[in-house]
Amino acid sequence: MSHADAALDRGDALLRVEDVVVQFGGVTAVNHASFVAAAGVITGLIGPNGAGKTTCFNVITGLQRPTSGTIRFRGRNVTRMPVNRRAKRGMGRTFQRLEAFGSLTVRENVRVAHDIHAGLLGLVRPAKADVDGLLERVGIAAYAEERADSIPTGTARLLELARCLAGDPQLLLLDEPSSGQDESETDAFGELLKELAAEGRGIVMVEHDMDLVMSVCDEIHVLDFGTIIASGPPSMIRNDPAVQKAYLGYSDAEDPDSSDHTLTDLPAVETTQQIPVVTS
Amino acid sequence: MSIPILEVVDLHASYGRIEVLRGVDLTIPKGAVMALLGPNGGGKSTLTKIISGQKAPTSGHVHLAGVNLRDAAPEDLARVGLCTVPEGRSVFPNLTVEENLTLMSYAGVPAEAVLETAFAYFPRLLERRKQLAGTMSGGEQQMLAMSRALASDPALLLLDELSMGLAPLIVDELYETVAQIAQSGVSILCIEQFARTALRVSDYAAVMTGGRIVATGEPEEIMATMSDVILGGAA
Amino acid sequence: MSSFLAYTIFGLFSGAAYAIAASGLVLTYTTTRVFNIAHGAFGMVLSYLFWDFSVKQGLPIWLSLVLVLFVVAPAIGWFIARFVAKGLGEAPVSVSLVVTVGLLVGCIGFATQVYKPEARTVLPFFPETSFSLGETNITAHQVITILASIAVAVGLYLLLNRTRIGTAMRASVDNPELLKLFGGKPEAVATLSWMIGISLAGLGGILLVSTVGLDTYSLTLLVINAYAAAMLGRLKSLPLTFLGAMGLGLLSSYAPVYLPQEGLIGSVDNVVPALFLFIVIVAMPQAQLRIGQVKGIVSAPLPSLPKALGWGAALLVFVALLSGTASEANLLLVGTAATYAIVMLSLVLLTGYGGHVSLAQFTFAGVGALTYAKLDEPNLYGLLVSALVAAGVGALVALPVLRLTGLYLALSTLAFAAIMDKMLFQADFAFGFNGTLPAERLSILGMSITSTSGYVFVMAAFFVLMAFALLLVRRGVIGRMLIAMRDSPAACGTLGLDMRWFRVGLFAASAGMAGLAGGLYAGLRQSVGAAEFQFFNSLPLLLLAVVLGVTSVTGAALGGTGLMLLYNYPDAQGLLFILIAVGAVLLGRNPNGLAIYLFRLGNWLQGRLGPVLLSRLPALPADDERPASRNDDSVVEEDETTVTSTVVAGRPAGEPREVPAHVAR
Repeated sequence: MSHADAALDRGDALLRVEDVVVQFGGVTAVNHASFVAAAGVITGLIGPNGAGKTTCFNVITGLQRPTSGTIRFRGRNVTRMPVNRRAKRGMGRTFQRLEAFGSLTVRENVRVAHDIHAGLLGLVRPAKADVDGLLERVGIAAYAEERADSIPTGTARLLELARCLAGDPQLLLLDEPSSGQDESETDAFGELLKELAAEGRGIVMVEHDMDLVMSVCDEIHVLDFGTIIASGPPSMIRNDPAVQKAYLGYSDAEDPDSSDHTLTDLPAVETTQQIPVVTS
Repeated sequence: MSIPILEVVDLHASYGRIEVLRGVDLTIPKGAVMALLGPNGGGKSTLTKIISGQKAPTSGHVHLAGVNLRDAAPEDLARVGLCTVPEGRSVFPNLTVEENLTLMSYAGVPAEAVLETAFAYFPRLLERRKQLAGTMSGGEQQMLAMSRALASDPALLLLDELSMGLAPLIVDELYETVAQIAQSGVSILCIEQFARTALRVSDYAAVMTGGRIVATGEPEEIMATMSDVILGGAA
Repeated sequence: MSSFLAYTIFGLFSGAAYAIAASGLVLTYTTTRVFNIAHGAFGMVLSYLFWDFSVKQGLPIWLSLVLVLFVVAPAIGWFIARFVAKGLGEAPVSVSLVVTVGLLVGCIGFATQVYKPEARTVLPFFPETSFSLGETNITAHQVITILASIAVAVGLYLLLNRTRIGTAMRASVDNPELLKLFGGKPEAVATLSWMIGISLAGLGGILLVSTVGLDTYSLTLLVINAYAAAMLGRLKSLPLTFLGAMGLGLLSSYAPVYLPQEGLIGSVDNVVPALFLFIVIVAMPQAQLRIGQVKGIVSAPLPSLPKALGWGAALLVFVALLSGTASEANLLLVGTAATYAIVMLSLVLLTGYGGHVSLAQFTFAGVGALTYAKLDEPNLYGLLVSALVAAGVGALVALPVLRLTGLYLALSTLAFAAIMDKMLFQADFAFGFNGTLPAERLSILGMSITSTSGYVFVMAAFFVLMAFALLLVRRGVIGRMLIAMRDSPAACGTLGLDMRWFRVGLFAASAGMAGLAGGLYAGLRQSVGAAEFQFFNSLPLLLLAVVLGVTSVTGAALGGTGLMLLYNYPDAQGLLFILIAVGAVLLGRNPNGLAIYLFRLGNWLQGRLGPVLLSRLPALPADDERPASRNDDSVVEEDETTVTSTVVAGRPAGEPREVPAHVAR
């Protein structure tokens, strides 16, 4: 039994995605996807480009209405709940295409998030210490005074994480958090993720860096063509034939040396493309 | 030896301060199919954008059939025989199938001929000729996109991530079309994440990482060294 | 019954003309994503040209028509597509709005400059010919108009659906980059659609001009009909646009006849199109939050508090000196400038910080003035109530349009302003038709300020105080949130910010500021009327605010002065309008406006002169140059006193500017 299953058995499923379908015109971006993410567990959501991962995140956070299906968060159906109320319930996310507040400094970015979280209390309580602590924690304190549209991509991703953490969310949805980071940064980032999970937060991560995914995730769901084609711990996913097929793109047994190549051998995919969010 | 259809010489490009291409050299002989593979952020899409005229390089040259493409506009390149199928769905979703095909005649082939070729290859498009392209399935949309490559008889065909978001079976079907186009003598540069599928139809392959071409060769050689390149290239 | 038929025919006739104009608007919008607010203004200018050719120059009607519709209009369209609208479709909506409002004001400037007021008439086509339908007559002109609208509809349908360039027009809406890869030329497509669009605006105008009369403003504002019709078709569907235009034509034709003529309802027929527009926009479906943005908008530097104080004091001293010497008439002008400057401050909050465009700021000022005059409490309490009422009205406008953004929000404020202007302000319980209300001057804490000079000083003090408050807000929690919302609404949503109430609050605060200005203005003038708050005035206001810098308090002060000067030289108004329009077209893309150049100049001067001056004043501590971003409170205290003095010394004193130029990026 995997870590996640054990967590679920204890009944602390944070997020349940149930049979979600998203269609853009004739294109089905998400096709009857269901999965569960538990507190204290790092869940990986992987799959080829265009498999519908970011759309999943948009549906979970409320930026995109699903065509059908249900999202449950902390035991409550939030499918029709507005974006900001889901956030207040403890959902935080980062974006694949960066959404930092470009004309504010890095510190101000986090401070805004802190203020939003604190509400009226924030007006009387100085936030500076907490904010600097967060910048320190994700390792971008050196950039505190830089404008957010002038920092490197990898740093901006960490900024989005820090901003997210300012709201002390129970569930973190991270969309390709390590892209733009170098190897050592990615290692440090993996450690940070484990710490965050150890604090009891649930983390769902869309990621193309297979080394990172395989080393930090407790549970992985593979999304292909909008459908979850495999779920399980890394060791299982690595050798799942369906997953191999999704990534390698051959549809029969004609390829003799398929078993030689495991997921970590694969070229990670380009990250610039995203299914556009269109008005439904 | 004849002039290569595409010759990229010491190409550099950047987005703002971040340099994404750091001296790319790539040559595609006339009539050949070249697969371009490589990891995340390796610069493949940027290279396509520069060849197709959508982005200006910071330095270096691109020659199409011996002609330097400096400052050429994408629409002009399209009219002289460079057919670019960009990543994502490269059709107009709010136009009907037929209207999409009509627009393909900008590349120089009369509209009737485009329609004829497309419907001959993909009878399914004939059935749906009055349907809005955006309401078709992803595979059908990609067929429509491929019709442009089929019908316009390009000098060079640039395919960027043809398989993205598609079921493997449909990808196979699309690659059969690519093979057919290749057989008719069209030179193709094929950028792919599905290494194996692309390699199956190509004569040569190149691997790009960190903004450089790090390996070129026959598909078999590349396949054999692929995992090394990717693991080594991660840093 | 026959009269009903007559009204129907008239309704169909005007509907047909609206339809022609509206279809041009839709065509340009769908192919270029630029909503041409100036569409009606171009129709107006072309109508004047038609008059010029056919009446003044005596050319044959047909030749004049051909010249206007097939030579001049396409030439204008070509020019705009090539030099003004290029790339505007991808710019933020606030930018494309400002630029097209600039075109509108420029057109009006052109018309007032070239065609000085005199009696001009344009006869309908074939004025002597008419046909009888039972007991009702239908004129040849009406028949021609209806036939022309049908011809336009059929022609556009064929163009868009049966030709390759027409298909390319529709394709370039979806994805211009892909069209280029197909070998199509989005720029050529855009140029063609502008040429056709302007030509259709001209045709619509010329067909209506014999009915409406050759009047600059009424012809320009006819476009509200076109907006409303186009909005019914969601700015996309030409058939719905035609339907909307016809419906609107009929409604406006029936309304004056079949609606009761008494009371507030009686004035509804003046505002049918605006009401229609407002309702259609409110019924629009919700837009998704935009995703995918990192680039922040360059903001004007934020002055440190002591520096702001220094400049505020300098401005007050300047005004005090002025009040001591200037004549009564000039004092009134200074007061007016202060009013405008405060209204501009409200735009700094809403547009500069918040990123929303409002075309109704003068209307909110009018609400404030009306409340102040009606309340007859000429003291701080009365002023506060005026501001609060205006804020309440602002919130009421914002509520139904909570979900709207950009263009729709701006148009709904325009519709609201038109409704208030023509219906409420002119009602008997308000200013009355062409009427004015008396108002008394303010007394502060029992101290009555009766002299104009004293009052003007108080107004300047209000400006300084409000500017100061605004800067404090910008520095604080709310200011950061405003900027954050402007930069990425999606991120704000996922961080838990309920943006709807924030926006209502923002609108209310901004309207309240404008209302306060209105109240002060009523006291200054001691008599106010609806004419002073015509909704059209909000357009030059927006332009001047943007041209001079809508992101800074300095820009507001300069803009207020500019707007006062603009209205104070009626002879040169046309030229001034054109000048502002050119400014808006050139500077519209940078909301920091001219103010940012002043800051840079100040920075440069400080860099050059500062050291020299400091070396002569050894007693002062050195001014250390620091990198730019210093919005954090903790660093504010450090280097202020000296900077203030050097900056003041480095410029001609007494310039009405309160924000120093120290930190610029």
